[in-house]
Amino acid sequence: MSHDHDHTHDVDHPVYTYADDSPRDVVETDHYPLMVEALRELLLEREIIQPRDLREALEKFDNVDHTVGPRAVAKAWLDPKFKQRLLADGRVAIRDAFQIEACEADLIVLENTPDLHNLVVCTLCSCYPRGLMGQPPDWYKSKSYRSRAVHEPRQVMSEYGTEIPDDVTVRVHDSNADMRFMVLPLRPDGTEDWSEEQLSEIVTRDCLVGIALPGLASASQ
Amino acid sequence: MSTTAPAATGMAGTEGMTVPLFAVGDRVEVARAFPPGHRRVPTYIRGRIGVIAHHTGAFPNPEESAYGLDAARVHFYRVAFKQNEIWNRYAGPAHDELFIEIQETWLHPAEEAST
Repeated sequence: MSHDHDHTHDVDHPVYTYADDSPRDVVETDHYPLMVEALRELLLEREIIQPRDLREALEKFDNVDHTVGPRAVAKAWLDPKFKQRLLADGRVAIRDAFQIEACEADLIVLENTPDLHNLVVCTLCSCYPRGLMGQPPDWYKSKSYRSRAVHEPRQVMSEYGTEIPDDVTVRVHDSNADMRFMVLPLRPDGTEDWSEEQLSEIVTRDCLVGIALPGLASASQ
Repeated sequence: MSTTAPAATGMAGTEGMTVPLFAVGDRVEVARAFPPGHRRVPTYIRGRIGVIAHHTGAFPNPEESAYGLDAARVHFYRVAFKQNEIWNRYAGPAHDELFIEIQETWLHPAEEAST
């Protein structure tokens, strides 16, 4: 099990520290990986869990539905009342609209406007609303993103191909505590006649973190 | 009832809690403190002055629950900061911002602007 599990912050967990400034995020012989390995072996040896339980847990982690977030954005673009509810209480709005308890914590939906662009990072670990967006990408969990996104967000976005004009405010959200965050991007021009399903396809995971903007280029042909 | 906060809409109930010390718009300073132990307030924001943007509710104090203690709930706020007031050499425009959630125990009212 890696450190990037999802949990509310009630649960204690180790935060890796680095003896050097290497880009490695997990060194397998460090204290915490060794402790996790020892715990795993003990749980198996004492038959508290079975190997199959571990495999199934990993399989479940890897198969989290990543479409709920994009569908919620598409619905918000089409339905102003839903958008209002989504911005007021994201967790409840999504639960009611999709009949799914997709968010394990309170969800704050961050609306991009022509004057404001939102970017999400968790400097503490890698908090991320998995139930809405699937597994976080490796870069989201990397030491580099977690440290740089707070102090040079425009440079980081630029490296990902996203240029935000200087007259647009960049607002970084450090997801360090009990809230979870999802960006509600601006609906791109040229999508006026699109269905909810078509719209949800251009809302990629990266758009929901704020590192990318939905574009027609990412639409499935 | 005057000492009891209204119920929050989210998962974090505030029933029975004391009234939040801060309201949206209040200027607050994050403690410039470096206590040992498990802390959720990143070093980069300690000692910085921001504005309360949102009272998110009351949650068990992670600095206590981290040790398996029966943690008392504390109020949490999303606090807004100007990027160029956090970082000495922030390269972006002056209107760029950073929001971060901070627990009440780390906040105190900011002195009037002294600059």
